[in-house]
Amino acid sequence: MFRYIIKRLLYIIPVLLIMSFLIFGMVNLIPGDPAQIMLGQHVTEEALEAARERMGLNDPFMIRYGRFLTDIVQLDFGESLISKRPVTTVLSEKLPATIELTTFAMIYALIVGGLAGVISAWKQNTIFDYISITIALFGISMPIYWLGFMLILFFAVFLNILPTAGRLAAEIDPSVLKTNFFLIESLITGKWEIFRSAVKHIILPGIALGTIPMAIIARMTRSSLLDVLRQDYMRTARAKGLKFRDVFIHAIKNAAIPITTVFGMQFGRLMAGAVLTETVFAWPGMGKWLLDGILQRDFPVVIGATLTVAFLFVIVNLLTDLTYSLLDPRIKY
Amino acid sequence: MSRRSLLVLGLVLALTVGLFGNALAQEPQKGGTLVFGRGSDAVRLDPADVTDGESVKVITNVFEGLVKYKEGSTEVKPALATQWRVSDDGKVWEFKLREGVKFHDGSDFTADDVVFTFRRQMNEDHPYHKGDFAYWGYMYSMVESVEKINEYQVKITLSKPYAPFIYNLATFPSYIVSEEAMKEKGVEGFRTDPVGTGPFEFTNWEHGSTITLERFENYWGDNAYLDKVVFSVVPENTTRVMGLKGDDLDLIDGLGPQNIDSVRSDDNLKLLTQPGMNVGYLAMNNLKEPFDNKLVRRAINLAVDKEAIIEGAYKGTAEPAKNPLPPTLWGYNDEVEDYGHNPEKAKELLEKAGYPDGFSAELWYMSNPRPYMPNGKKVAQAVQSNLKEVGVDIELVTYDWGTYLEKTENAEHDMALLGWIGDNGDPDNFIYVLLDKDNTKKGSAGNIAFYRSDELHNILVQAQQTMGNRDQRAGLYKAAQHVIHEDAPWVPLSHVTKAMGSAQDVNGFVIHPTGGVYLQNTWIEQ
Repeated sequence: MFRYIIKRLLYIIPVLLIMSFLIFGMVNLIPGDPAQIMLGQHVTEEALEAARERMGLNDPFMIRYGRFLTDIVQLDFGESLISKRPVTTVLSEKLPATIELTTFAMIYALIVGGLAGVISAWKQNTIFDYISITIALFGISMPIYWLGFMLILFFAVFLNILPTAGRLAAEIDPSVLKTNFFLIESLITGKWEIFRSAVKHIILPGIALGTIPMAIIARMTRSSLLDVLRQDYMRTARAKGLKFRDVFIHAIKNAAIPITTVFGMQFGRLMAGAVLTETVFAWPGMGKWLLDGILQRDFPVVIGATLTVAFLFVIVNLLTDLTYSLLDPRIKY
Repeated sequence: MSRRSLLVLGLVLALTVGLFGNALAQEPQKGGTLVFGRGSDAVRLDPADVTDGESVKVITNVFEGLVKYKEGSTEVKPALATQWRVSDDGKVWEFKLREGVKFHDGSDFTADDVVFTFRRQMNEDHPYHKGDFAYWGYMYSMVESVEKINEYQVKITLSKPYAPFIYNLATFPSYIVSEEAMKEKGVEGFRTDPVGTGPFEFTNWEHGSTITLERFENYWGDNAYLDKVVFSVVPENTTRVMGLKGDDLDLIDGLGPQNIDSVRSDDNLKLLTQPGMNVGYLAMNNLKEPFDNKLVRRAINLAVDKEAIIEGAYKGTAEPAKNPLPPTLWGYNDEVEDYGHNPEKAKELLEKAGYPDGFSAELWYMSNPRPYMPNGKKVAQAVQSNLKEVGVDIELVTYDWGTYLEKTENAEHDMALLGWIGDNGDPDNFIYVLLDKDNTKKGSAGNIAFYRSDELHNILVQAQQTMGNRDQRAGLYKAAQHVIHEDAPWVPLSHVTKAMGSAQDVNGFVIHPTGGVYLQNTWIEQ
């Protein structure tokens, strides 16, 4: 198992190397001069040229790629061309926001989606089943933008019990926290005022972001549970006189593998950032940062963010694979 | 006391209390936190090295220049300088500095800080010349030297007489930074932890979310009313409006045409508007046929229906333009009579110009919304159908923003939409930058009509060199607008109205004509 993990981790290196080359090549192919985009209309040709020089845009492609690779092995993604702040610093601000939001959304998706799927399978072809399936269908087809606005309108404007956007209330000074894991750090250190505010702020974006995975998990849970229940050994167990309830509990564990796969895939996907949710709820995460980076041709940001996301995706996949062996003792690495 | 006199006394008392209470309510109150919702975060807070509007909104509250704008006007008044004197040849400017002014870090403001602020921008070998200083070359390149005369006096020498210079000094790139603080923090540190002399001091920046300022208690002038200002990033326009309705935000920026009604119709909110210091225009490339022909350019002006464009593409949130200057700026020539929408006359002119069957050309538009033109594509489509009526066949072309600027500055277009937001409240900043022949150098042209008029150039240079007499300068700019109208290098399209929303209890905030956000006089009813 240990060797397997090491091997999988080593695989990450060529993956990231190839990705870095592809991304670096692609961002260089996008038309648009980053210096011009940054400095806008009110600028002289001399200032533009100086900015191009400072950004290293005048060097040949391979030289720039080589310089970039040397920096990257030292975990230095360089400076944002626009804000001139180190990409790793910005990453340390954005990533915690994304991790907290994604985790919250996935917990919500797993609990609600899992429960809906189990109820559907348990009470197949009853009113409960139909309700669950309808909700799941609704969740999958709902545009996040619209759902986000409806949630804000109802909970933040009409009922006025939750905030509209952001991660913390404006009155709270987040500089008392050491990391950007507002929710987790305030919980651990017992800073309850911050914790309450952080929880209130994460609910609506969490629900908006978690709704599609919730629906997917609900459908997957239902179908894989029904699959397992139709297996011969299940029929045998029922024939031997086991109650449906007891059989069902065993079935859940056996149906968990495809659900874990879906869960892992969705988790990885959300880690890549959730541009729509982040935009609607002013959540300062990876997605909006990456999108702005692309629009502004901010190469170091695009590369830093994409490689981090790729790395996280691979790690989440690895964790998913390892979970299989916990769920099914027959799977060994 | 009879019941009647009691009643009268009661009435008088009630009236007095009512009136007095009302008066009290109008009295500005100290305290409170104002949360300002805006579309994106600041990029940096070093005044000399920013180009984006969001950074400037914070900077204008933390820093000050030698002079500043009067409330509600683009006229300037003393700020960190109390008096100034210009030599007869218009080249040497001497400033007497305000004494007893403190920076937010407690250090004293002196002539050294002024010299430092300018020299780090102009001298490339200055140890603190780190950044792009994009505005320096474009707005201050006439500065030859900046010298300290004594602790509270400085002398700025220009390479040519330049009357708009005093207006340039009211803009953010020349806001005075603390030399001591910059040396202590380094340029990198200063960008995210700035120190100025303004009414608010910087306290915290959660990048991508909030910037917090607090009232500076040792401010040299009247202290600000608000305890705290939080600039909060809410990218989505609709969420920002909802934040205002849900009491999470107190003041919001960037109200789009689609959200204005929602703010206007809500009794708990105030809609704030200000005719913008901007212009949206269609430039015809005078270097290319047939736009080198004045008659054709006039015909295009006659063919375009501005009123319909403003109704359709701006949803009524703009005024039709007839001059390159916005009407809020001094020097605006209201006597210029717009061409008006007259397709028949346009056809006649085209025929006279030798194009009885019209012609075909490209019209370029911006793919992204700009403050002076929220929907370039819609404007372009409207112009396309207007021109079709007079036989001009238009092909629409667009590029991403960076490429668009690059190519239009390089004269690759036939016709292109663009716009401008004024920097300093001086007409020179519109007419000279956008239409003088000095600015038609391919590759970096501000004048993308590539309109080269010696007559206009002479007027503009004369206006630059007319010191201390604004009426005379205004007369020159009025004449300049006549020349431009006759030559018709553009179709001036629009002046967008800037709209913001606030909660009912926010008082004293006025959008400055430059579009600037100055919060010193803003207060919240407690």
